[in-house]
This record gives sequence, structure tokens and C-alpha cells, in this order.
Amino acid sequence: MQSLVATRSSALKHTVRGFASSAARGQATPLQKPVLNKEFKIYRWNPDEPSKKPTLQSYTIDLNQCGPMILDALIKIKNEIDPTLTFRRSCREGICGSCAMNINGQNTLACLCRIDRNASKDTKIYPLPHMYIVKDLVPDLTQFYKQYKSIEPYLQNDNPPADREFLQSQEDRKKLDGMYECILCACCSTSCPSYWWNQDEYLGPATLMAAYRWMADSRDTYKTHRMEKMQNELSLYRCHTIFNCARTCPKGLNPAAAIAKMKLELASE
Amino acid sequence: MLAYRALGLGPALRQAALNPRNVARNPALRNLVARRFVQTESLPPSAAQAILNKQRLLRPSSPHFTIYQPQLTWLGSIANRVTGAGFSVLLYGYALAYLVAPETFSSANVVELIASLPEAVKYAGKVILAAPFAFHSLNGLRHLGWDMGRFLTLKGAYSSGYAVLGATAVSTIALVLL
Repeated sequence: MQSLVATRSSALKHTVRGFASSAARGQATPLQKPVLNKEFKIYRWNPDEPSKKPTLQSYTIDLNQCGPMILDALIKIKNEIDPTLTFRRSCREGICGSCAMNINGQNTLACLCRIDRNASKDTKIYPLPHMYIVKDLVPDLTQFYKQYKSIEPYLQNDNPPADREFLQSQEDRKKLDGMYECILCACCSTSCPSYWWNQDEYLGPATLMAAYRWMADSRDTYKTHRMEKMQNELSLYRCHTIFNCARTCPKGLNPAAAIAKMKLELASE
Repeated sequence: MLAYRALGLGPALRQAALNPRNVARNPALRNLVARRFVQTESLPPSAAQAILNKQRLLRPSSPHFTIYQPQLTWLGSIANRVTGAGFSVLLYGYALAYLVAPETFSSANVVELIASLPEAVKYAGKVILAAPFAFHSLNGLRHLGWDMGRFLTLKGAYSSGYAVLGATAVSTIALVLL
């Protein structure tokens, strides 16, 4: 018995090792991505030190250890480098409109904006232009929301059908396409030079497109009331058809066209 | 700080530091505990608006045209306005000057003055007047188109913009060679 066990173990010693325990398998290492450092320059302002002027703070991160979007970079910086960096974000897929900011000179949603992988150029991130800053990349949108509220953004009809829901033809419904998709991220309004200079009274592209969305709705009967509210110098007519709004909209909408149509309807009323 | 958090040492260290025995022995720590780390102050809810308003006064306005990407859209609009304002200043300026001193600014005098200038200055002056004039007029047509509901897409805005720039170049040359 003893001798039999001995011969068996010596025989095992000489057998070829299976692949799973071979030396080659043992040496396999996970793929090492090269380090790709890119500089991000981000607008900083701290309300706890209000006398300090806003500055651009520089952060360098490895793009190969980061997701593809600007929002991923911001979250990485906040998690790993500087927890005091402040910005708004929520859905990370371009439907909430929280992460609207000015990236490399253009207003867009950080979650829909790819990081430029050219590491030799830095990426500059500012808050939405010409807005009061609460902290870092967070602008005060109180006025923007107040303006939206002022156009009564809801269906108004004094004679609703008694026995069923409102009906609308397919053509009438089509008129709302390209307007109802607005997520109110404020990218367009804060890209508009007219809005920069007359923010207190000019409504701005986002609000005006919302206003026209209700004027164009066949179910709404308050069209004349809505149009009368636009009959003054500032609310609507500060729009000089600049097209910055359509150029910057992260949802690909065209507020400039909606406003031009509204002007045309007001003129031919 | 981050390292402590990563290792989960935060609570343990805090406990050790604020252990009653250690606190009793160390006057500096005793002070710290008595004072608490965060000072709070009780305020009525009505004070919220006043605090917010005080903060609002200190808020900076974020940068705008200095950081915004130069685009045909808004640069074209600014150019339209600047050229328009420039020509208004020229028109009203000359008209007022003529009212003040009709002799000096009479047509004959102006023609004589310009004729006496060297060729290079004449051509430069013509370009300086012709280019803004051509741009402003053609861009005005573009604006009329927009107001009639034409080329209201982003593509339309860009192609009409480039068309205006091209036509401006051509008509500037034509006007200068007149």
C-alpha cells in the first residue's frame, strides 16, 4: 500500500500541468491603459468668502480613469480631488436639465457633452453666463422660473368638453412638436445677448417658446389674452433673431423660430 | 481626512479624542467640546427672506460675452448693430456739423478735401465706408426674410449668414472700384 501511494505521487509530479494553473496563465495581467492627463479649469466662487473674487481653479484628471462625459469628470473631481466643488446634477441623461453650464464657451448639459480627448488643450467650465451665482457652477434661476410662471404655462379653456377629454387633430398636435420637448435647462436664455442685457423685463427664448407652445395649442382658448401680454416693447420684441438659442439648445430645439412665428402672428393679428 | 474616511477610522479617532477621560485631562480639548464644532442660532422662519436677500446682494454675476464662444450668430448681430450705430453717428454728426458751420462742410469743400488726399487714403476710406454699408444693408434683407418667416432653421440662419458675408465682400469690392 505504502509503495503504491509513493509511486502515484511521483507519477503526478511529472504530469504536465493543466492550463488553469500554468505559468503563462498566472502571468496574465489586466490591460493597463496609459495615463491621459487633461486639465480642467473650473469657475469657483464661495459665498462664505464673498469678498474673494471668482477664480478659475485648475484640476488635472486621468481621462482613462474617467467616464466619457464632462459630468463624469466633474463627479470624479468632486469625489477624488475637491469635495467642495459645487454643481447641480440629477438624471445624467439629458432629461432633467440640472447640469446646464458653459463648457468651452458654449452652454450645454454637462451630461450630454463629451470630454474632448485632446489632452494638450484644457477644458474651461463656467456657470451659465450673466446669472447671479449661488456657488461655483450653481446659478440663481429664481428670475428664470418666475418668468416661466408669468406666461401661465398650462391649458386654459373655459368650455371644456362635458363628456370626454379634449380632442385634437393630428395636424394640430404636430404644431407642438419641437416645442413641448423643452426641459427648461436655461441654456438658451443665458446664451442670448438680449437676455444678458435685459434680463429683468425681456422674457428670454425658453419662456417665449413655452408661451408660443400654448398659443399654438388648438385646445387652448386664451390665445388673445396670451398675445396681449406680449404687446409691449420688452417682453417679446427684445428678441433680435440672433439664433444663439437655437445654436446652443442641447435638445436641438429652435426657440428663435417659435419667437419669429409669434411675432408674425402678432403682426398679422 | 480622506484617508481616515477610506479606512473607516473617523469614528474611532473621534471617540478617542473626545473620550471623557482624555477631555478631562486636556484643557484645550475641554474647551473644544464645550464650544462645539458648529455654532447654531435660533431664528424665526420669517428671517429666511432677509438672509437670502443679504446673500443675493453679494452674489457675483457670471462672465458672459468674454467667455462665450465666438459664433456667426451673435457676432453677426453685434456687427449689424455696430455698423448701424456707426452710420447713424456719421449721418447725424455730419448734418449737425453742417448746421453749425455750413461753409466748412459744404459739398464743394468736402470734394476738394478728399481730392487732395493720397490714393491709398482714398481707397482705405472707401473700404471703411463701403464694407459696413454693404454688410448692414444685406443683413437688413436677411432680417426682413426672418420677419417674413424665411430661413428660420439653424441651417438657414447659418447659410444666409455666410451668403451675406460673401455678398458683402463682393459688393465692397464693387463699391470701392466705382
